[in-house]
Amino acid sequence: MDYTTHEHDVLVIGAGGAGLRAAIEASAAGVSVGLVCKSLLGKAHTVMAEGGIAAALANVDDRDNWEVHFADTMRGGQYVNNWRMAELHAKEAPERVRELERWGAVFDRTKEGKILQRNFGGHRYPRLAHVGDRTGLELIRTLQDHGIHQGIQVYMECAIVRLLKDGERVCGAFGYYREDGRFVLFRAKAIVLATGGLGKAYKITSNSWEGTGDGHSLGYHAGAELIDMEFIQFHPTGMVWPPSVRGILVTEGVRGEGGILVNNRGERFMFKDIPDNYKSQTADTEEEGWRYTQGDKNARRPPELLTRDHVARCIRREVREGRGSEHGGVYLDIAWIKKYIPHAAEHIKRKLPSMYHQFKELGGLDITTQPMEVGPTTHYVMGGIRVHADTQMTRVPGLFAAGECAAGINGANRLGGNSLSDIIVFGKRAGEHAAQYAKNASLGAINPEQLRDIEREVVAPFERPVTSENAFTIQHELQENMQDLAGIVRTESEMQQMHGKLEQFWQRLGKVAVSGNRWYNPGWHTSLDLYNLLTVSEGIVLSGIMRKESRGGHYREDYPNKSEEFGKVNIVVHKGSDGKMQVRQEPIPEMPDYLKRVIEANR
Amino acid sequence: MGQATFHIWRGDKNGGSFQEYHAEITTGMVVLDAVHQIQATQAPDLACRWNCKAGKCGSCSAEINGKPRLMCMTRMETIPTDQPITLQPMKAFPKMKDLVTDVSWNYKVNKMIPPLKPRKPDFPDGTWHMTQEEADRIQEFRKCIECFLCQNTCHVLRDHDAKEQPMFGGPRFMIRVASLDMHPLDTEDRLKLVKDDLNIGLCNITKCCTEVCPEHIRITDNGIIPLKERVVDEFYDPVMWIVNKFRGGRKEASTRTPLPMV
Ligand SMILES: Cc1cc2nc3c(=O)[nH]c(=O)nc-3n(C[C@H](O)[C@H](O)[C@H](O)COP(=O)(O)OP(=O)(O)OC[C@H]3O[C@@H](n4cnc5c(N)ncnc54)[C@H](O)[C@@H]3O)c2cc1C
Ligand code: SF4
Ligand code: SF4
Ligand code: FES
Repeated sequence: MDYTTHEHDVLVIGAGGAGLRAAIEASAAGVSVGLVCKSLLGKAHTVMAEGGIAAALANVDDRDNWEVHFADTMRGGQYVNNWRMAELHAKEAPERVRELERWGAVFDRTKEGKILQRNFGGHRYPRLAHVGDRTGLELIRTLQDHGIHQGIQVYMECAIVRLLKDGERVCGAFGYYREDGRFVLFRAKAIVLATGGLGKAYKITSNSWEGTGDGHSLGYHAGAELIDMEFIQFHPTGMVWPPSVRGILVTEGVRGEGGILVNNRGERFMFKDIPDNYKSQTADTEEEGWRYTQGDKNARRPPELLTRDHVARCIRREVREGRGSEHGGVYLDIAWIKKYIPHAAEHIKRKLPSMYHQFKELGGLDITTQPMEVGPTTHYVMGGIRVHADTQMTRVPGLFAAGECAAGINGANRLGGNSLSDIIVFGKRAGEHAAQYAKNASLGAINPEQLRDIEREVVAPFERPVTSENAFTIQHELQENMQDLAGIVRTESEMQQMHGKLEQFWQRLGKVAVSGNRWYNPGWHTSLDLYNLLTVSEGIVLSGIMRKESRGGHYREDYPNKSEEFGKVNIVVHKGSDGKMQVRQEPIPEMPDYLKRVIEANR
Repeated sequence: MGQATFHIWRGDKNGGSFQEYHAEITTGMVVLDAVHQIQATQAPDLACRWNCKAGKCGSCSAEINGKPRLMCMTRMETIPTDQPITLQPMKAFPKMKDLVTDVSWNYKVNKMIPPLKPRKPDFPDGTWHMTQEEADRIQEFRKCIECFLCQNTCHVLRDHDAKEQPMFGGPRFMIRVASLDMHPLDTEDRLKLVKDDLNIGLCNITKCCTEVCPEHIRITDNGIIPLKERVVDEFYDPVMWIVNKFRGGRKEASTRTPLPMV
């Protein structure tokens, strides 16, 4: 069998913010580092992030500090977060942001010449460092342009399909180059998974083709546990029209800058439904909300800036009850701010340049004069690979995970801006600890038979008659089904139904055929991604069935309220010895007193 | 809205030809949607790059009816459908497969450019003072999504293939250098690099790069021309040459007066 072999101390799979930051850190520790990504360098999801990166720099409001950020993150996650991760994240994010500036990032500035911060949902103070609405581009380009000078070996357009183990520990990864289908074996002492999310399990999503949950699935099949898989973030504002752009993100920054949500009767419906635990922090009047967005420290936030899970459900309700917009969304209006400020059009273009551009080019709409139509879109997965909070190591020795594919920090719902900070805080930690692990380890043994089995599986679709299943068709049907049966509102019977369908999908995957050869063949690539999509879909569905309550990104019509009992557990899945997915509940460790006090103080 | 006919270049580095496909066109559809439709129904092995589908990642560059564009930002309504629409890979780069080209040369050029070397921090927490006006100037260049459409369009790379001896860094990397050179915190000197290694002299200011940039970066006016002026000041201006000699050291000597925003 034909493949090339590369050896590294640390192999990082994924070159978004998490992977790049991990690779930089590991390399700085003096070990040899390989970095693999499915797309070209600099094109990972991170590049699309818009609104900003959350860090308690206190540049705009000096009342901010790590404690408030921690308390906000826990409240947003509805207290099922890994509190230690939330603590580390809140404490370390400011230094990670300053480091970006050292490496060349150019953030927007305050009048005093410091890094400017903006308001975002669920954050008590203006906390998001940003660059207009293209913060992710700034972050990834900064890490990329810094990273290429750190001696990291980059393997672009290379997809990993399986992890390899030597006994209990991880020892390598097997994959193919997209260009020509050549196989490649990476031997490594430690591996960091940084593969991002899984939005492609759903029909309407802000994620790209890459978001197929590869790292979740690679980790799972290699023996790591997944937690919180039922928590999917449906971002309230995706584009809904025209059909071809459905799901593309409209940044929360629009609401942060004063944008409001309106139904077809012209009502600001968000004022009608404010959850109890946010009442004291939410504005009473339209005018107070406006003052908040303009930095008035005595004003409270407008209800549009409540957490994403809540806003998304309110939008869905308006649409269901016949108060939606023309194409099945609601209106998001930023043009209205002309009521308060002169030159509103210029202001909007400067604050939200890429949103202006996006609607102009794709929707033929001028957001400085017309309201946008928006609706929920699958955006982010809170759940993922279970890791040790400080080291980011999974329960598989030598296997680490960071960024969106790892879980814990966000609990049941992620606050906007907390992902960009998460990926660099924990990317760094993963890189550091993977390097440390690698220094005390040797390369593990590769089992040639296992390699041959993987190869056989991977090329099998070429050997089947072309008349059997088509990978694109299965992917579409899976996405439709997940959207309908395990989407923004769920019930026991629908999720059970989905579970049954997944079995059929697995069988159909075994019959997928692809035409052509291994050279840059999207049909083939899709068939391989399906393995991961089915794995993570099963995790979502089984975890969702087990959590019989509504919390954050998991909303059940049959259990519409929070339950105290489920507030004390995480749902954990792993691969059983029979190859079947096992689900269980596990108590969340007790929070230490000093953190409880922080939460109390910030109620 | 009806059907459109596409002539898509199919092939690899060994050659290829245009093949005909048909796609059903609906409201608001972009060219990339049509390519995906063709992939899903007629040609599952048709290769193209894409990620964000919103003009943010710079993956989906191709030539649509001969014009270098992002497929995800080109609405079908803006292209006449009474004739076949041709789709082909960027011409300036080696072909890989179908619409996908080998853009690795760009990554090599980027690596030649020394990264930011900031001056000592202004504040004890390791941060600097920078005004929004200072940021604005380089933020324009930092909007670049690395679609390489400008590289593909520049005749020095497209027609003269100046990728080796002499090598022209191309508009994308001229503005990358400009963004570092105009960075208020930077202390590194890259003028010799732009002059001798990236050969800025080969640019004859045709501005074709600026015209195709999907981010509307004024590559030539705000990036290349100021850089050229600085190179001239630095290396060819006899007065500056003497001043430099006296002060010993190039970076400090070169006047850092604000560059014009055109
Ligand atoms: C449109 C949009 C806007 C957003 N805005 C914000 C925001 O304003 N603030 C915020 O905090 N968050 C935001 N987010 C979320 C945030 O961008 C992501 O959660 C974050 O960037 C994920 O980073 P990551 O490094 O974990 O993974 P990614 O950036 O997704 O990178 C994953 C990497 O893994 C690689 N990979 C995947 N599978 C494989 C495989 N099998 N083999 C090899 N490589 C593989 C990919 O090629 C890629 O390089 C936004 C997300 C989207 C989609
Ligand atoms: S202005 Fe210079 S860089 Fe731009 S296309 Fe013309 S020659 Fe090339
Ligand atoms: S400068 Fe413009 S055209 Fe050139 S690579 Fe960047 S975004 Fe593309
Ligand atoms: S797909 Fe990202 S720019 Fe076109």
